[in-house]
Amino acid sequence: MSTRALTAEAGIAGGDSAVETPGDPAAPAVPASQARAVWQSWRGLVYQLAGILLAFAALVIWLLTTNLSAVELTTLAPAALWIYTVEHIQLTLLAAAIVLVIAIPLGIALTRRPLRFLTAPVLAIANVGQAAPAIGVVVLLAFWVGFGFWAATLSLVLYAVLPVLRNTMVGLQQVDARLIEAGRGMGMSSTAVLFRVELPLAVPVMLSGVRTALVLLVGTAALATFVNGGGLGILITTGVNLSLTPVLVTGALLVALLALLIDWIGRVVEHVARPKGL
Amino acid sequence: MSELITSNSGESMSTEGSTTPTGITGANILLDHVTKRFPGQARPAVDGLTMEIPAGKIVMLVGPSGCGKTTTLKMINRLIEPSEGRIVVDGDDVTNMNGDTLRRGIGYVIQAGGLFPHMTVATNIGLVPKMLGWDKARITARVDELLELVSLDPALYRNRYPKELSGGQQQRVGVARALAADPPVLLMDEPFGAVDPITRLRLQDELLNIQEELQKTIVCVTHDFDEAVKLGDWIAIFNEGAQLEQYDTPERILGDPANEFVENFIGSGAGLKQLTLTRVAEVGFSDAVVGSPGERAADVLARLIDAGHGHAVIVDERHRPIQWLSRRQLGRLEVISNVPDPKLPVVGYRATLNDALDTMLVSSAGAALVTGRRDMFKGVIDVQTVMDAITRSQTAAVLESDQAPVGLNTGVFHAQAPAAELNETASDGADARASQ
Repeated sequence: MSTRALTAEAGIAGGDSAVETPGDPAAPAVPASQARAVWQSWRGLVYQLAGILLAFAALVIWLLTTNLSAVELTTLAPAALWIYTVEHIQLTLLAAAIVLVIAIPLGIALTRRPLRFLTAPVLAIANVGQAAPAIGVVVLLAFWVGFGFWAATLSLVLYAVLPVLRNTMVGLQQVDARLIEAGRGMGMSSTAVLFRVELPLAVPVMLSGVRTALVLLVGTAALATFVNGGGLGILITTGVNLSLTPVLVTGALLVALLALLIDWIGRVVEHVARPKGL
Repeated sequence: MSELITSNSGESMSTEGSTTPTGITGANILLDHVTKRFPGQARPAVDGLTMEIPAGKIVMLVGPSGCGKTTTLKMINRLIEPSEGRIVVDGDDVTNMNGDTLRRGIGYVIQAGGLFPHMTVATNIGLVPKMLGWDKARITARVDELLELVSLDPALYRNRYPKELSGGQQQRVGVARALAADPPVLLMDEPFGAVDPITRLRLQDELLNIQEELQKTIVCVTHDFDEAVKLGDWIAIFNEGAQLEQYDTPERILGDPANEFVENFIGSGAGLKQLTLTRVAEVGFSDAVVGSPGERAADVLARLIDAGHGHAVIVDERHRPIQWLSRRQLGRLEVISNVPDPKLPVVGYRATLNDALDTMLVSSAGAALVTGRRDMFKGVIDVQTVMDAITRSQTAAVLESDQAPVGLNTGVFHAQAPAAELNETASDGADARASQ
């Protein structure tokens, strides 16, 4: 069991590290090398997806070939697993949507001139908040707002808002001040500069913040089960409480694979949405 | 570099030309008692500056760093809002108009071009026309026209991204972008500061060519005094707080610096810098006896003696000089050959006197052959001509120029007052400050 988990990990890790290298494809002049450069920039992503699929296949094969007890079989029934997964994804996506709606406008507002003095303190708070343990946030909030789906969503939002907010602000801050001045100097309004210059140039950093948030959310959503919020976390708690190792392992692996899949989708989006010429 | 210079209208190079030459598309600018105080700073960055910028001229703002020259520039298009005073462009007070509308009508060039990296060259150039609501076909045509103007092949560069261009090319696109909507005024903030010296010289020459054609009003900030001398019709030298120390032609600033500050700022070699102000085309050169290959040497010699000259110029069938023969050399020859002399001292007629003098000093002749378009022979220039030109420009520099634009700090602005009086006021003010 542990060896399989390790191979899955290794495959995933390999895919992951390969992603980082071809981040900046050199602009090729010759078409022949252009095709190669395209492959180079996509190679990491292909490996990552292959790793995820392989690990998933290994999990399925293992579940089919192991002797499972009756309780385990009921808990791991495909229909039940599907419901948990859908719940998990719902929780994640809902929280992510709320996070985007809150964090991106807030990040933009905090880097505008009237609120710029707040940029540094907010960044500091965001960095500290990131270090707070997720389980603490989830449980404390549950005592405050009650248990259930919405309590879980709220704590997830609070937790994931920080990376998106931070990356939005950092992304906007790192835009060359001279470009903003050039924009204003040619008669673009501050809104036009924001939408035509600052945001496009901040997109890579912002998207990587969104991806980080999504991955965090998938992981943290496993804790929602503690406040009766649903999701794949139930497999892990059940597995631990009743000493059902296959259930525990399946739950953990599914969460991990879901996180990696979301990460992969995020990377694909980043790759496609990255403005040309950067 | 001479191949870049295609236009031959030499008269617009002269800063003492008539006040309203035809073809000016620029607008005059007036800074009227403009002051800028930044919050948290005890002294104003610009203090009561009144400055007139004549239409169709290049005005260079120079001074040590932190002297307020960039602040002054950015107040013209109100990127920095003046705390006090008025900005008048082409007779209209623009101090309170919408800043974005104002800036769409004023070209703005910053160091390294300031191109947006996520947009192609064509998109970058087309930004202002697009904001002004031009239709697509017109923008495309304009982009191509401007790329041609800045010597970039549109087919090759239109769809490139800025990172695929060299520094000089980016700067050219920056200039093209600023000119996109054909604004009357062009503001340049250290435009050539980020390129290597050779590219900088080329870009400067090209800017002069473009200006010859377009005659915009160009206000350019630089910390390089040589660049100011080369490009400027007028140079404004600033001290701290945008105190205008001298605002005059390069000739007069070099020949007659207003005070010690200006002298120090010019540095050494003012005389040599003056030579860079005059071009060979402006000083007049003498005719020469001309022969062609295949002629009998004796015939040419006879013409030489008739004219009382010492040397004859041999030109090829396209009238390009190939040899320069003395009486003695001619005496030894039977028939004139068509072998070009590689060491012929030749200067282009758009070269500066500095270049001409250099050529003469290298050649033993003490003179140089002047060539015009397509390297065609135009005449001979000698050391004496250069000396006369220096003397003349020095005498001219001492004389008051009644066309000098007004420029002073914290004084009463008299548009009609004689320049002499104003200059005195300005320098008195400077002296008073210096003695404090």
